[in-house]
Amino acid sequence: MNPWALSGVVLVAAVTFYLGKRSSRYANTTHDFLVARRTVRSRRNAAAISGEYLSAASFLGVAGVVLKEGADALWYPIGFTAGYLALMLFVAAPLRRSGAYTLPDFMEARLASEPLRKLCTVAVVAIGVLYMLPQLQGAGLALEAVMPAPAWLGAVGVTVLVTVNVMAGGMRAITVVQAFQYWLKLFALAAPTFVLCVVFFGTGGAGSAGSLGDPAPPVFREDTTVTVETGASFEVSEETPVWLPAEEGGQRVWLPGVRYEVDEGTTLRFPEGAPVPAVSGGEMDNASWLRPAEDAGALLGTYSLIFATFLGTMGLPHVLVRFYTNPDGKAARRTTVQVLVLLGLFYMFPVLIGALSRMYVPELLVTGRTDAAVLLVPSAMLPGVPGQILGAVTAAGAFAAFLSTSSGLLVSVAGVVATDVLAGKVRDFRIATVTMAALPAALAVSLPVEDLSLSVGLSFALAASTFCPLLVLGIWWRRLTWPGAMVGMCVGGGLVLLALVLNVLSEYSGGWAPWFIEQPALLTVTAAFLATIVVSLGTARRIPDDVNAVMLRLHAPDPLGFMRDRAEARFGRIEDRSRKRGKHRK
Amino acid sequence: MTDDYYRRVGGIRQPDPTLGKRVPVTPRPEPAPEPPAPQPSQPEPQPKVRRQKVVLAEPTRSSHSLRARVELEEQTSWGEMLIKDLMKAQLRSGLLLAAFVLVLLGALPIAFYLSPTFATMRFVGVPLPWLLLGVAPFPLLFGVGLWYNRLAESHERDFVNMIEN
Repeated sequence: MNPWALSGVVLVAAVTFYLGKRSSRYANTTHDFLVARRTVRSRRNAAAISGEYLSAASFLGVAGVVLKEGADALWYPIGFTAGYLALMLFVAAPLRRSGAYTLPDFMEARLASEPLRKLCTVAVVAIGVLYMLPQLQGAGLALEAVMPAPAWLGAVGVTVLVTVNVMAGGMRAITVVQAFQYWLKLFALAAPTFVLCVVFFGTGGAGSAGSLGDPAPPVFREDTTVTVETGASFEVSEETPVWLPAEEGGQRVWLPGVRYEVDEGTTLRFPEGAPVPAVSGGEMDNASWLRPAEDAGALLGTYSLIFATFLGTMGLPHVLVRFYTNPDGKAARRTTVQVLVLLGLFYMFPVLIGALSRMYVPELLVTGRTDAAVLLVPSAMLPGVPGQILGAVTAAGAFAAFLSTSSGLLVSVAGVVATDVLAGKVRDFRIATVTMAALPAALAVSLPVEDLSLSVGLSFALAASTFCPLLVLGIWWRRLTWPGAMVGMCVGGGLVLLALVLNVLSEYSGGWAPWFIEQPALLTVTAAFLATIVVSLGTARRIPDDVNAVMLRLHAPDPLGFMRDRAEARFGRIEDRSRKRGKHRK
Repeated sequence: MTDDYYRRVGGIRQPDPTLGKRVPVTPRPEPAPEPPAPQPSQPEPQPKVRRQKVVLAEPTRSSHSLRARVELEEQTSWGEMLIKDLMKAQLRSGLLLAAFVLVLLGALPIAFYLSPTFATMRFVGVPLPWLLLGVAPFPLLFGVGLWYNRLAESHERDFVNMIEN
């Protein structure tokens, strides 16, 4: 148990609660809860978007994937950032000018179809819950690492805190919280990275598990006992002595070229100097870890990953709903430019930590808990109190990541449920918040824990294959019809879910899945686009009558004043006095 | 100045004695030395009287631009053509920049795959792929974002100027 880390986590929770409570003082209308009255300045909104977007998958997952896969994993941060460029080029300003207040509302504004709106509602809730699940489970894991607590406590704690904040002020409350948490996360990763780099170069530039420049695999720096937490098959590239304490005469030697199945919960002991085995399919030695994709399958998988992240960001409902809080289309674009800076700044650090963790905590490759690299590297590199304090800082940052992402997801999902299933009053929003928080919390407690990056990768693929074609075609193509949109969504979403099922099957039966099942976006997005276009062309008489008026509203520059606020049309005007208070600066 | 002049003659207004004559430099230069003296010495004591502009009716847009707006809103063929052109310009710059980024970044995996020497090159001790993937893309993405923002805003400004004139 690390008392520093525990106090860091408690401090983050307290500040989050205080900021949420303070900024929800004036939140009393539906406009406050859904879109923060559309008065969020671009600088604050950019920090809030980045804070919301840098989830556990970015804060913990990226370093873990770098530790495991090396150079190929660098595509994750690139794709996560490039997604905002795509969003800005094709979606940001028109989306804001539509005057919609949720993603389903935008679809109805564009295509005037009630069934499509219902389908979008279902999809938003599905993606939201799917994305929230790893956040809550990750919170459980992180809390477990900090103090002796059952795994459900972290999940439930985050859920309760987030629910209280969102119920108090909705979007208005979480904007400030998320903006603060971006800077907190940046600090929580940048400061330890600087210190650890100084330590690294101070000790001669080679880690205790061997330098990354060596072609050999990393080695254990002392007698190490590890407990495998996820059953896997391992391979080694050199003869590796292993000691299995559970079996009699457990001294074994693992040979290269053979797969060794190890069940969950098995304890293995490696002597000092033994090379660290790698999970089958992972990078075996440092030379291949340093090099990007070496075979054709990995190459296509890389392209598919680029595709999923590049187009998936624009389909994530919690990201889109933040764009509705901008005052106008121009501000939406400017917000995105600043998001590109903030994300680029952040992603330098998890990559560095991932590389350091390969040298100092290679045993994570065996236990399978690579996601914990960020939390464990500081104490492995710096023994004693300094290491503990740095570990506390990263733990606090990880907790902030769980909080900010799940609060954004909760607001977006609750907003959709409150306005589409319920009547859309403030009370309805609160009811929706409680229900939509309880659902993922129950799932997180009852389902087994998966790899963070896996389910996030899946959410991106799902978002890219469902909402991305609808948004891009809806904004730029006049001939889109609602049957086309529906078919496209079903085809894209269905294919991704099929790939997910096949992927799980292949995991249980020896990992036969080729790249297009592990990372299906390249094919599913194309299929979704094609299906949408073909069906739209076939149902040309369903093109809505007001398509020209809608297109004018989406694309006419802001000063001409064609923008209509659909939230005002439905929930009534906000009184002018309070509208002026948070006026936009630029 | 002028008040004093009239008061001196008992309230009866008389034509200005300098009228129509070329007076060398008699009363006029007087104000010239005066203003510099009070301005730097006593700026504070004067109460801040703000000039207020009272506008009773503001002609926001000329009738011409109003007609353009109405044409846009009524979806006349001319208005529709205008907005289509704007969309085309915006979409074109978006697609071109996206293609630019995709070609630059998308060339990297295939280059590393085809040329093992390129993939194992080092720059100041750091493997080149790590620099090209870990650092270089972020300034590139920001630069392209900034560039697009400029393009899109200038397209919109041109459009508004065209409508208003």
